[in-house]
Amino acid sequence: MKSLAELKAIRDRAKAQLDLRKENPNAARVLVGMATCGIAAGARPVLNAFTEEIAKRGLTDSVTVTQTGCIGICQYEPVVEIEIPGEEKVTYVKVAPEMVPRIVNDHLVNHNVVTEFTIGAIQK
Amino acid sequence: MRELSLNVMDVAQNSVRAEASLVRITVEESEKDDRMKIEIADNGCGMTEEQVQQVIDPFFTTRTTRKVGLGVPLFKLSAEQTGGSFNIQSEKNVGTTTTAIYVPSHMDMTPLGDIDSTVKILIQCNPQIDFVFTHSTDLGSFTLDTRELREVLGDVSLDTPDVLEWIGQYLEENTQNIYGGASL
Repeated sequence: MKSLAELKAIRDRAKAQLDLRKENPNAARVLVGMATCGIAAGARPVLNAFTEEIAKRGLTDSVTVTQTGCIGICQYEPVVEIEIPGEEKVTYVKVAPEMVPRIVNDHLVNHNVVTEFTIGAIQK
Repeated sequence: MRELSLNVMDVAQNSVRAEASLVRITVEESEKDDRMKIEIADNGCGMTEEQVQQVIDPFFTTRTTRKVGLGVPLFKLSAEQTGGSFNIQSEKNVGTTTTAIYVPSHMDMTPLGDIDSTVKILIQCNPQIDFVFTHSTDLGSFTLDTRELREVLGDVSLDTPDVLEWIGQYLEENTQNIYGGASL
């Protein structure tokens, strides 16, 4: 069983990395829309997929994954916004967990927006 | 909503927006009594009697970006369609408690779904808030109290990836236990 002693060990390990993470003003942000509309459309597995993919690639110090509310485009949920400091904010729509590895790889790692998944592509 | 755990995530976010510092999520399942209770209690800003009536109305929302608010109405419907009941107790500046009672054997019962994932994401996305999650069945119960974790963690945040992984595994192991699964 998971014990609090184990948590203590995690704390000690995390403390060493803590400053790095806290003081990273250049951290990118992944915002997953998690209001009623987003949740109903399947935002939870998308958020989980981002968390897992970012952990797998060891990007946890430079990317934070968090939730946001409804931005008024409920018909395009799950909606994911990606903010990288110094770059234009990108809004991905109708995101499925299968699309996440590509968004992480192309956009967050290589700074190439996956245009076909963005809101601009769908509205044409 | 396909799972009740998604309703919980949705309604718990009302607590977050009400600036609660402590949110209690309780799931009590009893096969024996054919009853399930889901309760979300917070110490947020609370509502007046009039506001409580308003949130049950799907065409009311405090938001300005859209005209409908479906979170509470959907949650209420999920309980009432099984022959259960739904209640909101709220007091201004004290907090709000939302309780849904289900009759699980009813044909229109929505499955509880992945409640652990809901709890984990709530902690991940609101590391400044304390959550107390209690889940019980006829076989037993367990509690995850982030205040206890915080005591051990000191200034290490709850949303640290390794901590979240620990939380995920803790929930998984304990859930397995109260569902009568083999212990590892």
